[in-house]
This record gives sequence, structure tokens and C-alpha cells, in this order.
Amino acid sequence: MGYTRELLELIKKVEATRPERIARAKAGQDFPPLSLDGRQERLHYHPDYKDEGRRELTIGPSKGYALCHEIADLLEARPFIDPDQIDVTHADYETDVLVLGGGGAGTSAALLANEQGARVIVATKLRHGDANTMMAEGGIQAATKVGKDSPYYHYLDVIGGGHFKNVPELVRTLVTEAPLVIEWLEGMGCLLSKTPDDESGSLRVAHGGGTCRKRMHFAADITGAEIMRTLRDEARNRAEAIEVLEFNPAVELILNEHGHCCGAVLFNLETRQTYVVRAKAVVMATGGSGRLHVQGFMTTNHYGATADGIVMAYRAGVPVCFLHAVQYHPTGAVFPEQAEGLLITEKVRGFGANVVNVDGEQFVFEREPRDVEAASIIRECLEVGKGVPTPTGKVGVWLDSPMIDTLHGPGFVEREFPGKFILFKRYGIDISKQPMLIYPTLHYQNGGLVYNSNCETTVPGLFSAGEVSGGVHGENRLMGNSLLDVTVFGRIAGREAAQYAKWKFQEGRPHLDHVRDYEKQRRRANVGEERISPILLPDYVSQQVKDKRLEVVW
Amino acid sequence: MKENTPPEVVRIYIMGKQYLVPDSLTIQKAFEYAGYKWIRGCGCRGGICGACGTVFRYPGSYRIEVGLACQTVVADGMIIAQIPFFPAPKASYDLDNVAATTQAIQALYPELYKCMGCNTCTKSCPMEIPVMEYISALIRGDLREAARLSFDCVMCGLCTARCPAELKQYHMAELARRLVGAKLTPRAYHLAEQTKRLRDGYYEMMLDEAMALDEAGLRKRYVEREVEPQEDADDWTPGDKTYL
Repeated sequence: MGYTRELLELIKKVEATRPERIARAKAGQDFPPLSLDGRQERLHYHPDYKDEGRRELTIGPSKGYALCHEIADLLEARPFIDPDQIDVTHADYETDVLVLGGGGAGTSAALLANEQGARVIVATKLRHGDANTMMAEGGIQAATKVGKDSPYYHYLDVIGGGHFKNVPELVRTLVTEAPLVIEWLEGMGCLLSKTPDDESGSLRVAHGGGTCRKRMHFAADITGAEIMRTLRDEARNRAEAIEVLEFNPAVELILNEHGHCCGAVLFNLETRQTYVVRAKAVVMATGGSGRLHVQGFMTTNHYGATADGIVMAYRAGVPVCFLHAVQYHPTGAVFPEQAEGLLITEKVRGFGANVVNVDGEQFVFEREPRDVEAASIIRECLEVGKGVPTPTGKVGVWLDSPMIDTLHGPGFVEREFPGKFILFKRYGIDISKQPMLIYPTLHYQNGGLVYNSNCETTVPGLFSAGEVSGGVHGENRLMGNSLLDVTVFGRIAGREAAQYAKWKFQEGRPHLDHVRDYEKQRRRANVGEERISPILLPDYVSQQVKDKRLEVVW
Repeated sequence: MKENTPPEVVRIYIMGKQYLVPDSLTIQKAFEYAGYKWIRGCGCRGGICGACGTVFRYPGSYRIEVGLACQTVVADGMIIAQIPFFPAPKASYDLDNVAATTQAIQALYPELYKCMGCNTCTKSCPMEIPVMEYISALIRGDLREAARLSFDCVMCGLCTARCPAELKQYHMAELARRLVGAKLTPRAYHLAEQTKRLRDGYYEMMLDEAMALDEAGLRKRYVEREVEPQEDADDWTPGDKTYL
């Protein structure tokens, strides 16, 4: 195991240029970052800028909006259930707040709704916590360092990273709530890294791509996992008020005669039974869509990231925005094959590792915003032709992680990136001594449901939080703002949904007429007959098996 | 570029049935190659969620091996079974009312002292965590050490599934980590300072000003903003303090 002989030869070129690059780094001479115009030009190599990759929606509240085929296919598909076969007036479960999704946003919402006195049901497709939040590595941004940083600078960074297209009020909420979220996590015992032996408990911070101040808080290289397991532990402490239904994804929202959202139809993945949940308010927190493999890209996302929430809410009348912008993480592993698509945290670059081509040369500043960094790597491989060929016929560039130990002292890589260190060690690669081979990988859904800073959607009673929503990140999310997004807006959604349930909820006859209406539109547009959505799980069964399968019910 | 070499095929046994799969696959992808569609036992597919703890044997060996299905590569003759994740009972507590002591943890998990030191837990850990050592640390009252040693735990539950004394190691470790974070680590002074400022509305006018800018104005501020140098120590301060 480990690198092949050919790759070991190529690594020598990286080692040859490393001393000089380290000397430059120590002298504070970074590779020159691109200007705003330079960034714009570079972005033409980004997959979003390919016209053939997208099409206009033909039906629904955002009709005419162009986005990737993979999501358009799902928005124009037949519904998962036949509205005539399900009696939504009879409820199997009743609750105040129904949260769809058991990741970071959903769990934050459940905790805050519970603190407002609401009874909560969390319905989730996989286990509680099997979510992209769990996989986020690098950190969570917050301007907590009084005297050198403030929400004002965080605001500028978010907006600049998002191409100045972000919804301002959402950004303001994100940056002003950020330190409050860090305080909340600290109070729950979440082990964010602090300066050792410091009586003032100073939180450690690092840079991320596109940040003007070091404000990335982290818990070694498993920040998302530490946040997720803390939130989940706390939710389980309150199991009497927060009931979690695992392996029970929602497949359709239920509206009532006033047009308000009042529950959802769940689907038991194992018994295939449906359940009707009646609620006074619903929080949509189903996350993203990496498993749709937009334009054939590999993905860092968890197994269940299939855009279910977008599909359900869109049918119920909620418009979508910024879904034309898909985030490719610049550094996904391309070697070894078993690790393909796996996220290599941006923090590796945050601590100074260069990105270099097959000749060991730098071709991009390592902390550009993600879309610019990814576009630069794609350009270097496909246009300039200086990528590194892998044994499986793919191409990548080097992420020179050994620089980090030289810059920060021996043992730093193993201590700061324990997760990745162990993983690569299993494959016979010591990332503190050998660089990693990387290529951009499908990482994040920048856009989603239209919502406001109270997490309200256009459908009363339906709230939205986390990756399923769109607007706060504009066209490109910066590192460390997704863990922040799920906690900030998860908390707001939970609180607002509980308040709505208490004060604004109106009883009314529940129905699925929006699904019937949507079906009429779909038939009229004559699209999507061959597909059903939400798809719930991707299908990775090999073709040779499918070819010989019997499709019978017995 | 080197010619792509066709993958070698290996025999594996999934729940006793033989399948031929490429040798480059992980156990998780080999199941899919063989025709299985995961419902349980598959979460992040990236080695961190703990959904896919798997037991297997190599031919001719008496040993039970463990691994995460998404991280472990198949080998010829491998005999594989995946026992779905099953939850161990978790104590319910109000963190504020739990002291950061062994006694408090023992009150919630009375089986703590039943540990017989067999080290099966450590041998069962796919993350190479010294599980028994952190249990020992808990017993002797060193919660910080238990938190440090258990930090990479993905809570897959394999230690607990195999423990002859039926300890719930991963839940105890979670409790220890939360106690260390909440009670044995100084609270961040700068954070408290910042949240006080936020609650007092200190930054509201600066943000009003930023929100009132048009795109050209924002671009100007964005381009001109001072960037903290990568290599400087934590005590760097910017020249312009207007918006701090």
C-alpha cells in the first residue's frame, strides 16, 4: 500500500521545491492572491459556468430559474406518494414542532424549541447525527477576538466570498449570532480547541479561505463531529420532550385549509409503511444534495444528501434561490481509490500547506475562496496540463502537508489533524512526511429554499434552517460558515417554530392538494414522468447486478 | 500516463455467501458491488459517523477483526457480517447538576467499576483508541485524560458490544468530554467580552452602515480590508480600529 513507484518519483519534485517555498512562507511572502477581476476570470473554469450543465425549471414557484439538471430532474419528477392513497386527516403522531432532519440544524432547532416548552418530534432518514454536520472538519467562524475582529469584518468576508450577492439581513444575523453560538457550545461542554494552560481560556483560531481575520474556531480536525455529538447528547438528555424517529424520512409536507404547513408524511425505510405526523409548526432541516453527483463529480457528502427537503417544500410552494451555485471543495482526496472524494479540510491550507502541480510549482494562493481555489485546480489540470496522473486514470494536484510540521514544529500534523492522519496511515501514507493528492469534490449546496432571518419561508408554519436554505452564503460559502449556519439558523428556527406553535397556529383541515396541483402542472408541462422524488438514497448497486434483477413483489 | 491496470478480483463472503469483487473496494462499496443497497449501516461514508462498524475474519484465523466498512479494504477470503448499530442505554442528565468527578459518572453509569481490565474494548476499536486506558483514567478520576484519549471516538459502539462487563464506554467518554469542556476548562474571557458587547448592541451601527452600502461600496471596503498575516502570533492588531 501507499504511493505507487511512479507517484513516489513525482513526490521528489515537490520535495525539491519545498525548502524554497518554506523560506518564502516564513518571510511572509505568500503566492500573490488574485484580484477581484482576476477571480472572476478564473471562475470560468468552475463547473457552474458551463451552460450545458443547467436548465430552466418548467414548473413550480421558481419556474424559469436555471439550475443544474440533477436538481431540476427531482423538482420536475412525480411524487413519492399518491395523495389519494393517504388519509392525512388521521394522525399517527401529534406534536407541537416537527423537525425534519437530524443533523446540526435539526438538532439545534429541537433543543431550542424544547427550551420554549414545545414537544418535539425529529424525523430523520438515517440515524440521529448521520449528517454533513458530522463530517465538517475545519471549523466554525465567529468574530470572538475583541480588539482585532468584529462582526463587521465577518460580514464583509461573507459577502465578498459570496460574490456580493448574499441576502444582507441573513448575513447580519449569521455574523451577530456567531459569538453567541460559540458561547452556547462552550456552555454545553463542546471541546473547542483552546490555548493550553491559559487561565483566560483563549480559543484558538485559524484563517480560512477568504477570511481577513483568523476566526476559525475548531476542535482538532473533527469540529463538526464534536459539535454534532454534543448537540445529540444534549437532545438525548431531553428524550422525554424530544422524540427522534430514525430511518423515517419525510416524503411530503401536509398543508391545511389555510395554506399553512401542519405536518408531514413519513416513510419507514424498512417496513415501507407511511406515517402521518400532525404538527403546529414544521422545521425543514434536511440538508444538502451532494449525493446527486452534479456533473458526475465525486462528493464529500453523507449517504443521505439527496435534496429531499428542497423537493417537498418546492411542491408546497416555497421558491428556491442560489441553487445555480454548487460548491466544489478544492481539496478532495483522489488517492488512494478507497478514499476518493473524501474531504481534506481547508485547515490544512489554513496552516500553510501549499497547493502545487506535477512539477512542484505553486500556481494559486492556497487560501482563495473555495470556488476560486477549485477553479484554479481544475484549470491547472485540464487547461494547463500540469496535473498529477493517478493509477486509476484520474488527475489531481499535490497538497503539501509536510510543510506544516516544518512551519509549526514536529508532531503538529498528527496533533492537529488526527482524523486524517490515522486514515492515511491505514493506507500507508504519512501525511506529515508525504503530500496528499487532491482534486475538487462536490461539497455544498450554496442555495436552497428562500427564507428570512426568522427562518420563515413563504408558507406559514414552515421554517427552514441549514444547508436546505439559500441566501446567506450568496453564490459561494466560505469555510467555517456552514457549521455556523446550522447552529445559528437551527436555533432561530426552533425558537420561532415553537413561538408560532404557541401563538400563531390555526387549526384547519389537513390535505395534500398542493401535491395534486403540482402533478397537474407537471403533466401539463409534460416533464418528469419517468422519475420519482424525493429519491431518499442514492443507488450504487452495480449494473451487472441490476441487469439480472427480478423486479417482483412477493 | 500509465495504462489503467484492471482490478484484481477477490472472493469475499457476505453473511456466508460468496461474491467476487474488485480488490480495490472498501467493504461498504463491495456490498454495493455485490448488489446490496444500504439502509442501516451506512452514514457519512467518510469514517467519522460510526454507522458502519463491521466485524470480519480472515481465512484460517480465529480472530474477530473490526473495522469501519467505509474505511476497510476487502481482502481475499474475507468473511464479513455487519451487525447493525444498536444503541446502548444512555444516562439522561442535566449537565449543570453533574460534578466533574468519577463518583458523579459512576452514579450515572454504575457499571464503571465492573471493568475487569480484559482490554477487549481497545482491541475492538476501529479508531485505535485506547479504550481501556480511558476507562482506567475515569476510574482514577482523571477526566481530562479520559477526554483526551477518547477524543477521536466515532461512537460506533463496537467496544460496548463486546465488553464482557457491559460497560457503555462511549457514552461515559462523551459525558467525560462534556464535563471537561464545561467544568474543567476555563471559559474564554474574550468570548464573554464579545457576547456582552453584542447583547449591548455595540456593533449595530457598524452593521447598519455595512448594510446600507451598495455593491460598489462593499467591494471597496472588501478590497481595502486589512488581512491578518498568516504567520503572526495571536497578538496581532490591525492598524484601523474603526470597526472593532
